[in-house]
Amino acid sequence: DSDPVGFDSLDLNERRGRSTDAELDRRDGTRTSEALTPAAAARDEFQEELVIRPLHSGDIYASFQFRTLWDTDFLQEGQKVSHYRLFPKSLGQVLSKFSVRELHISFTQGFWRTMQWGQPFIPSPPGAELWVWFHDTVSDVDGNWKELTNVLSGIFCASLNFIDLTNTVQPSASFKPLGLGNATDHRFLRYATLPREIVCTENLTPWKKLLPCGSKAGLAVLLKSEKLFHSSFHSQAVHIRPVCQDEQCTSKAWELRQTLNVVFDLYTAGQGKKEWSLFKMFSRTLTEACPLATSSKVYVDITDNPELFELSPATPLLSQAVVLGDRRTYSVYDLSRAETFGQLRSLNLLLRWKGDGEMLRPLLHAERYVAGFGLQTGEIHTVIYNNHPYRAFPVLLMDSVPWYLQLYIHTLTVTSKSRDNKPSYIHYQPAKDRHRPHLLEMLIQLPPHSMTEVTVQFERALLKWTEYTPDPNHGFYVGSSVVSALVPSMVAMNTNFTQDQPLFSSFVPVKEESSYFVRVYTEPLLVNLPTPDFSMPYNVICLTCTVVAVGYGSFYNLLTRTFQVDEPSLPLAKRLANLIRRIRGVPLLT
Amino acid sequence: MGLLSDPNRRKALTGLLTRLNTPICIVCYLAGIVWFMGLAFEPFTLRTYMSENAMGSTMVEERFSSGERALSLAKEFDAHKRKAGGMPVEWLVKAMQSRGLEVFTQSFSRKLPFPDENKERYMVRGTNVYGILRAPRAPRTEALVITAPCSPGNTNNQAVALLLALAQYFRNQIYWAKDIIFLVNEHDLIGTQAWLEGYHHTNITGMEYSPLQGRAGSIQAALSLELSSDVITSLDLVLEGLNGQLPNLDLANLFYAFCQKLGVLCTIQGKLQRNDWDTAEGYTHAAQTMMLMVLKQACGRSWGDHGLFLRYHIEAASVRGINSFRHYKTDATTIGRLLEGMVRKLNNLLERLHQSYFFYLLPSLSRFVSIGYYMPAFGLLAVILLLRVSFPGLCHCFSVSLQPSSPGVLTVLTPVVISHLTGVALYLLPVHLQEMAVEHFPVSETEAVVLTAIAIYTAGLALPHNTQRLLSGEGTEQGWKVLKLTALLYLAVLLGCTALINFSLGFILAVTLVPITASITPHMPKALYAVVMVLLSPAFTILYCVFIYQELIEAPVSVSEGWMLFLSVISQGILDHALYGSLVYPLLALFIYPCWLMFWNILFWN
Repeated sequence: DSDPVGFDSLDLNERRGRSTDAELDRRDGTRTSEALTPAAAARDEFQEELVIRPLHSGDIYASFQFRTLWDTDFLQEGQKVSHYRLFPKSLGQVLSKFSVRELHISFTQGFWRTMQWGQPFIPSPPGAELWVWFHDTVSDVDGNWKELTNVLSGIFCASLNFIDLTNTVQPSASFKPLGLGNATDHRFLRYATLPREIVCTENLTPWKKLLPCGSKAGLAVLLKSEKLFHSSFHSQAVHIRPVCQDEQCTSKAWELRQTLNVVFDLYTAGQGKKEWSLFKMFSRTLTEACPLATSSKVYVDITDNPELFELSPATPLLSQAVVLGDRRTYSVYDLSRAETFGQLRSLNLLLRWKGDGEMLRPLLHAERYVAGFGLQTGEIHTVIYNNHPYRAFPVLLMDSVPWYLQLYIHTLTVTSKSRDNKPSYIHYQPAKDRHRPHLLEMLIQLPPHSMTEVTVQFERALLKWTEYTPDPNHGFYVGSSVVSALVPSMVAMNTNFTQDQPLFSSFVPVKEESSYFVRVYTEPLLVNLPTPDFSMPYNVICLTCTVVAVGYGSFYNLLTRTFQVDEPSLPLAKRLANLIRRIRGVPLLT
Repeated sequence: MGLLSDPNRRKALTGLLTRLNTPICIVCYLAGIVWFMGLAFEPFTLRTYMSENAMGSTMVEERFSSGERALSLAKEFDAHKRKAGGMPVEWLVKAMQSRGLEVFTQSFSRKLPFPDENKERYMVRGTNVYGILRAPRAPRTEALVITAPCSPGNTNNQAVALLLALAQYFRNQIYWAKDIIFLVNEHDLIGTQAWLEGYHHTNITGMEYSPLQGRAGSIQAALSLELSSDVITSLDLVLEGLNGQLPNLDLANLFYAFCQKLGVLCTIQGKLQRNDWDTAEGYTHAAQTMMLMVLKQACGRSWGDHGLFLRYHIEAASVRGINSFRHYKTDATTIGRLLEGMVRKLNNLLERLHQSYFFYLLPSLSRFVSIGYYMPAFGLLAVILLLRVSFPGLCHCFSVSLQPSSPGVLTVLTPVVISHLTGVALYLLPVHLQEMAVEHFPVSETEAVVLTAIAIYTAGLALPHNTQRLLSGEGTEQGWKVLKLTALLYLAVLLGCTALINFSLGFILAVTLVPITASITPHMPKALYAVVMVLLSPAFTILYCVFIYQELIEAPVSVSEGWMLFLSVISQGILDHALYGSLVYPLLALFIYPCWLMFWNILFWN
């Protein structure tokens, strides 16, 4: 597959790498000096943080991140690692056994409502998503992949073992390694989603067990399943990748990032009052940091403060960061300091809304649906919105469609502003029945302030009767399509000089901040296939057999045979007489 | 089959069939009618039962309590409706937003092929407002729909208000697994049609609409609500949809189960249930209910907003509040609870409703007749057509006529082609010639369309048999037999296919068409039989249905009123075809009427 025309995927990757590094540096810079000193032998470290962002819809978004750094390089030849400190052993063994270079797995229950909630920190599609880069020394990638999914299925108590070749694809441009290294050979990449996967407590428990402190201390005490699953959105993920230890990148380390995102609903969890506290959200308050953590912090997004809401207890610590192209201000609560907890020895943040604010429309937004009716054909519509007032930008659209929807790729149309929009790069891999799904990747330029519609028609296949699920009338799922883009930054777009910022910084927009990487997942699709009536197989078999045996058989017989009137057979006496007559040579009787 | 492979016995059998042909046909016809009438007799029907497991055992307590608030909301809505002079779009958007829904609007416009005089509309322009309640932790793949039409005047305010009250109550619950769409549609069916076409991004009827901004995956079921008074005495369930499609019987069972649970009087076809099946009145009552269902289903129009959902494989029903000033009263809270219960059960569905019957007739809400029971009634009528095919001489002459040298093919082909051309004219001309008709005659557009249709229908009676003679000279004995054979087989196929899709339509057509078509020959007294044939033609069938329907809903009409109703039924049929894609008008114009003309031709064969 040739490099995409007009889109340098390497460049995309590099920039993203740089921005993440910058983000890490920023975090390092804000680290407090009183952090526990790591052991001298291994420079493993553990950080935990919670970001709370009040959403304009009145809901509240809480995002946990737990980051474990493991100072080792066990993928080198001949090196055996048997000592694990903070890093979970179960994952470490998996990494070395299957020569995994990078692993990203997410379990999500619910759909991220971009139009109400803005962009999430770490996006994920509904259901389970798994993508893995293997080392280029691996000879049997498919074999490793199959084993890996089965092992992960056990570790996370999930149905990842349902990932097989029929729902695995190798995207050529949409998923690049996020860690060190410039691997571009997508033969070593495997991507699969299970849109039907249901995430519940049984997946949360093993995920919590991977944390150094478990759910005993630190931020993880808030992770009580009865509250986490009483929400509008729940997503938990594990990301493992190699990163640099220092700025010169002289040594490598493994980074394990465990993230958990949850959105609490204003009406069902908040009783309709725009008033949130840690206790209301999690039915717990914070009392201590995880003793093993080098940093343990709670950030509250107060960019809209004080016009919109008030926050108590107040904190003097403020931190600014450019997140998703927008400059945000955060109140920081450092759990490693005793004064954070006050006299009550517990921290219960309280947020009270005072007014209604208007949210800026997210710049990139996508949705998808099935058009048409009937059980023969249909049309998949993917609609991508660019809400930027004057900048066009390219997006990479990736669609993985199961083989039982037979795509008519010649009907593929891309229209923006009711004009044909020719994608500059198309990578299409047709499906093979029962072996491989369709993979469609396109690079589309989105005109400013526009709606781009991608449509493709399909025919629904009639499955073999053993291939139907136990609930065939529920329908069959098609995973989310993935829109990856470098979106022009809001900061760069901002020409509002009334804001309190130094003049020297605002004349020429900084290049690093001019665009940021965003991945948007559309909703999965539920498609009905033509389904036989399974409720009466016995009747159907009986009827079919009867019709074939009795009806068809005799009609065929009647229609093809020629009928003649039989000569009546002679009585026995006459036949005997004829026998004698034949011997005598006299004419026979009739 | 052994019987047929033995030539002697086969001969005996065919001999018997040909000898006793007419008596057997008469017996079959009477048996068919009796069988059909027997379907309403309670011991012959089955009791309804819930087939779907997911909706069966999980009885929950309904807690909806803001019925009073809904009623005051209805007054507010009424005031805003008056002020806006139609749908108060902005107020509705705000009302839905403040209840925590994602709100979207859709504007649509439609120019009718000719003015609809019943509803007084021609250029229709409107807006649908819908709000989506997003289920927590659900990936937007499944949805339920509750609709309430925003009707002009005083009607349906309570339905819209109850819809909003339910939305508010539902929004605070955590148990939803499917998104719920609350739709308030303007201009009743046209609005629903625009919304459904927008949702599924199709355009089958030439509607102009703005694309939908918000969706919620595949819709599993829909309920339409019509309430016009604060207190109601009973709830009526409407099931008949476009082209005679019916929702899954489990939806009716669900409604019935909740009416029983909450003690609400429920009716179907506006008729209460009776327990005295063994008396003559009890039987008549059941038969009337069933006949009403058959008539409504046969006319192929959508009897409520739910009817248009059925095309999209969405099970839907309309619930209509009736205030008949009886003593027994039900308040808005109870109706809200009933809807809450139904929606919660539908929310529990793991699969689309598919367990129960899709083809059924209901003599009452607790009794049903399945397809296996009612099909024999039609089968007995249809078999007459096949028996007449084996009438002496018919089979024989067909094989002769197929030889290329014989003139038979041409003699048959000419009337067939001419009849169908008349049918095409009947289908196309009324709508397309309306302007010309309005110019030349002092009639309105609607009258012009209907009268043109009737004129073409009548002209068709005069035209074909004359031209046939001109083209192929004198008709032979063999000629009409070939024509009759073709026409009988054609009619059998037509009725068979129709009855499979819409049993009621097939059966009604069979009842009127079969006797005359089976017995027609050129050797009969022409004047008498011409009158009989015209009286049993498709147009007169519609006229009879109008009178029977009026009789059954206890609103009998005089002959002149009936005639006016007949005219409006024709215009509604043509409009339904143009607006919603109902197939009854094209079926009658393009197939049934030409087929009947072929028999007309036989009568005047010379």
